[in-house]
Amino acid sequence: MIDFQPWILEIPILALLAVTAVAVARIRDLWAAVMFTGIYSFLGASWMLILDAPDVAFTEAAVGAGISTVLLLGTLALTGKKEKPSTTSPLMPLVVVTVTGAALIYGTLDMPSFGDPNAPVHQYPNPGFVEKSLHDMHGLPNVVTSVLAGYRGYDTLGETAVIFTAGIAVLLILRPNKTDDFPSQTNSKSIPKPKPNVSSKRRKGGRK
Amino acid sequence: MISFPIIRVVSKLLIPYILLFALYVQFHGDFGPGGGFQAGVIFASAIVLYAMVFGLPAAYEVAPPKVIEKLVAVGLLLYAGTGFASLFLPRPNQDVPVTGNFLEYEVFQHNLLPGILPTGQHLGIFLVELGVGITVTAVMIIIFYAFAGRERVA
Repeated sequence: MIDFQPWILEIPILALLAVTAVAVARIRDLWAAVMFTGIYSFLGASWMLILDAPDVAFTEAAVGAGISTVLLLGTLALTGKKEKPSTTSPLMPLVVVTVTGAALIYGTLDMPSFGDPNAPVHQYPNPGFVEKSLHDMHGLPNVVTSVLAGYRGYDTLGETAVIFTAGIAVLLILRPNKTDDFPSQTNSKSIPKPKPNVSSKRRKGGRK
Repeated sequence: MISFPIIRVVSKLLIPYILLFALYVQFHGDFGPGGGFQAGVIFASAIVLYAMVFGLPAAYEVAPPKVIEKLVAVGLLLYAGTGFASLFLPRPNQDVPVTGNFLEYEVFQHNLLPGILPTGQHLGIFLVELGVGITVTAVMIIIFYAFAGRERVA
């Protein structure tokens, strides 16, 4: 029996990630760019699944490929679907990106190889967490959950507060109206309807 | 979108299962991969799908913005409230009554229906994850409403 070789999936997914990233950067049609970012997130989720991180894969698939794509489409429905052609020279950004990329790749040379048990990330915090979790948590087998909500419960409270703050901030900026909150399309009196010939198609597209 | 029969029928079939899967990820998060963050996002994506297919007014009836707005705070309050509750409850198996620390779930030890109701650490994690799930769901839905509810100002 032949063992499953991870590279059979890894190489195509990483190659597709690179292709998608270039496509997002090159393409001028913003609808297509948004769809490509969704594909990029989905490939990222598949990649996380190969790396044995199903929690992250869940989140990436739902947030990256799902909700953020919808939010970007919603934004495009409010703005426009074509990117303005750039007037500045692409030389400077290219230099910045190349230098940053080279620095990052140089940084990876010192990193321990994937799955190395002696890597700092596996030595700190104390690996004892994994051993004592089952006893401390009265038999809860998922160490990720017990670290997230048990040992590091205070941090997670902070994370939840961050999400709460983000929601409040978006509401403060984008909430439609003080008196008539969240008008539906049928009964919005305060905001004048846009010209139908330009925008109705776009709005419809945005709410696919 | 409601005029496209395939989209309408397929999403009507899928939405209950997406919701069910979100609840599974939420309440099975102690045993398998998942937890409040993932479950909240999955639950919200079901509502977003519903809003996209059947229109915002229909979604407002399923998940009224006024309720969702309040749920944003309810989840965080549930989380913080669990922490404060543990400040005032006595630690189990102590001769002198000592109250617990912030978010110390040991104090939720009880003997009500053992094996059915979660207790101690399990109950604490359950409540905390529920709080996370509620906040994440509500924030995702409210952000979507904020974007989709705006008219184009040309």
